[in-house]
Amino acid sequence: MSRVLAVAGRGVTSRRRLGSTEIVWLALVGVLVVGAVLVAIDGHNLLSTANTRDMLTRSSLLGFVAIGQTLVILCRSLDLSVGYVMALCSLIAATTMDGDPARVPLAVAAVLVVAGLIGLGNGLIISALKVNPFIATLGVGLIIKGYLDTEYQGPAGDVPSSFQQFGYSRIGPIPVSTLVMLAVAVAAIVYLRKTRTGYHMFAVGGSADVARLSGIRTGRVIVTAHVLCSIAAGLAGLLIAARFGTGSALVYDSGYDLESIAAVVLGGTLLLGGRGGIGGTIAGVLILAVLDTVFNILEVDPFFKDVLRGVIIVAAVAIYARRQIDRKASRVRFGDGGNGGGPNGGGPNGGDDDGGGGAASLETPTGRTVQAGSPGGTDGTDQRPGAGGPLEPSVRTDGGPAAHRVHGPARHLDGMGGAR
Amino acid sequence: MTVTSPRPTRRPSAGSRAADLAGRLFGGGSATVFALLLVVFAWIFIINPSFAEPPSLMAFIKQAAPLVILAIGQYFVIVSGEFDLSVGSLVGAQVVIAAALLDGEESRTVPVILLMLGFGILVGLVNGLVTTLLKVQSFITTLGMMLVLYGAIRLWTGGAPTGALSEAFRQPGRGGIDMAVVRQLPYALLILIGLVIVAMAIMRSSYGRTLIATGDNERAAGFSGVRVWRVRTLAFVLSSVMATLAGILIGGYAGVTAQVGQGLEFTAITAVVLGGVVLGGGRGTVVAAMAGALTLEALFTLFNQLSMPSTIRPAVQGVIIIAAVAYAARERARPRQHAETPAESQQSSEKS
Repeated sequence: MSRVLAVAGRGVTSRRRLGSTEIVWLALVGVLVVGAVLVAIDGHNLLSTANTRDMLTRSSLLGFVAIGQTLVILCRSLDLSVGYVMALCSLIAATTMDGDPARVPLAVAAVLVVAGLIGLGNGLIISALKVNPFIATLGVGLIIKGYLDTEYQGPAGDVPSSFQQFGYSRIGPIPVSTLVMLAVAVAAIVYLRKTRTGYHMFAVGGSADVARLSGIRTGRVIVTAHVLCSIAAGLAGLLIAARFGTGSALVYDSGYDLESIAAVVLGGTLLLGGRGGIGGTIAGVLILAVLDTVFNILEVDPFFKDVLRGVIIVAAVAIYARRQIDRKASRVRFGDGGNGGGPNGGGPNGGDDDGGGGAASLETPTGRTVQAGSPGGTDGTDQRPGAGGPLEPSVRTDGGPAAHRVHGPARHLDGMGGAR
Repeated sequence: MTVTSPRPTRRPSAGSRAADLAGRLFGGGSATVFALLLVVFAWIFIINPSFAEPPSLMAFIKQAAPLVILAIGQYFVIVSGEFDLSVGSLVGAQVVIAAALLDGEESRTVPVILLMLGFGILVGLVNGLVTTLLKVQSFITTLGMMLVLYGAIRLWTGGAPTGALSEAFRQPGRGGIDMAVVRQLPYALLILIGLVIVAMAIMRSSYGRTLIATGDNERAAGFSGVRVWRVRTLAFVLSSVMATLAGILIGGYAGVTAQVGQGLEFTAITAVVLGGVVLGGGRGTVVAAMAGALTLEALFTLFNQLSMPSTIRPAVQGVIIIAAVAYAARERARPRQHAETPAESQQSSEKS
């Protein structure tokens, strides 16, 4: 049943999701234009081959991590262990290859298996032991850190030059690593849009309870997301090994965990889960890469770079939040979809329609119909108050004269405004 | 929902409140942390009986106080349903600011401390207002603040901290009152006791109740008249002020280095969660959060006593926090299933 609903909901769904992704891509274009102008004033060309290559190279490493992180965040989880997984995987790759080109496939397989197992561990700790994802992945990260610090004092292993090509070669101006990253991104997009588990990720992120009541095995979905996330981090580890020529344990200090989360959120995916997508994430990664390149060309002080980056991330998310306020409010704790009235119409919650659809009987169909039937023109104002007390307007519309009807929502709005 | 939400805030009569508190202290998730604390301390005492003597305990408190204070601040934010990732870099920033402004001059101590408090309040206000009014998730707000503070402080000092702390400034962190039994009663302990009392008073005041209600169900709290944005902003301010105080103690205790405060935000959050406080808000007590911080510090001491190689410590720490939180989650799941099933069905029937 949820299948049918999901398919029915897709028309609305993909349009909504595209909308939010489009903004991110527009933001990317904006950043590119502003950056190009600033760089041009400085007498350089941002879009020269060398600089484009620099941007794309930067984006590939973070891109892998961020793609995985997106899947996890969509499920309303989080992965703080990615930095450690990357470091571990770069070491496994480099030590397994040990300079022998024939062992490359073995090393890649080993990396994918180890990363997958770590993801499995993360997922099981979160879903079966009910440990908060923040603590679970932080703890797993610490465990890996302990292992790395004990076993490896410095760079180890030797990557054969054939595999280093993965890090350095390019087709035209585009590095191979970026192409691989984009291929993974496309695969992830297809996965999210075309497979059952992909849909379920949105549903679980939207509301784990509703998803479970609709017959989704939420635990499996979360485990799958974590396995895929760790594998993506493993791919990033392979790329590090290819670029450095050895494995490096110190990668975990580079802040990829928080930066990947920042990229995902910058890409318009809600940290609270259930809404967003890979497309936006890629744009978010590219925005960060463009910023870095621009700062580099302009020779901005590295510390000032941190300040700017912090401000830009917060500002960008604040701008998205402007558009998402009403939708976000519906997500926070109730998942009661009641505030879906107003602009979002019948399919309020975009991505989690499939999950929400199954549970519609649990939610407030009455609330929604009241919204839809309440006096026209109040759609925009009505939706916030309607969210909390769908009963009140319905009583008013039934009994009260027109004047009361106008007063009701207005008073509500005041109350709500004060509360915010 | 409008009907049910005021109940938790209005109900507490003195008796039921005490019972409630006792229930939350000793039942469910919080019990784990107290048990763990006892086990760790017992283990330390067995390995090293001299640790049980008052002077060693005082030294332990002196060392643990900053993290406990940070945990109190972090608790306010977490219980209201948010995160504060900026405390670590705020501690670092405050210590560096103090060193740069003091430059070893005793007479500047008080003005500089006041200035630091002002700066802390400002940081908290920015965190809180950006989170509540601009609707940026606090994870991102405070992550941004972390980057900004980290960069700005190093930009200002040119990469390495300059100046020096004054002797008076270092007193709260390292000094104490000389006494017979304990040899030295650290000022840090007195400050800590003061803050603990303040924190407990806050959580028992109407503000504290409101804070928990907000974390539990933001919208219900809003409908029952809570100004959610104010409550949360104040929580962020409290957290930043606590981070400032912790910074003063850490600066006094350990001196100025470029790395002060690094990673403290995760330690503080871990401590709070170890105390059975639920990320996402609305559940857990400030006492348990402090016990979580003490437990973490006791663990570090235990690692020292076992002369465990420093490289493997993170791994052990990781295992223990996962195990403790998993155990607490298991404990909590059982009673709640009985207690809340009727409540939940009631809620859903109200919704439809």
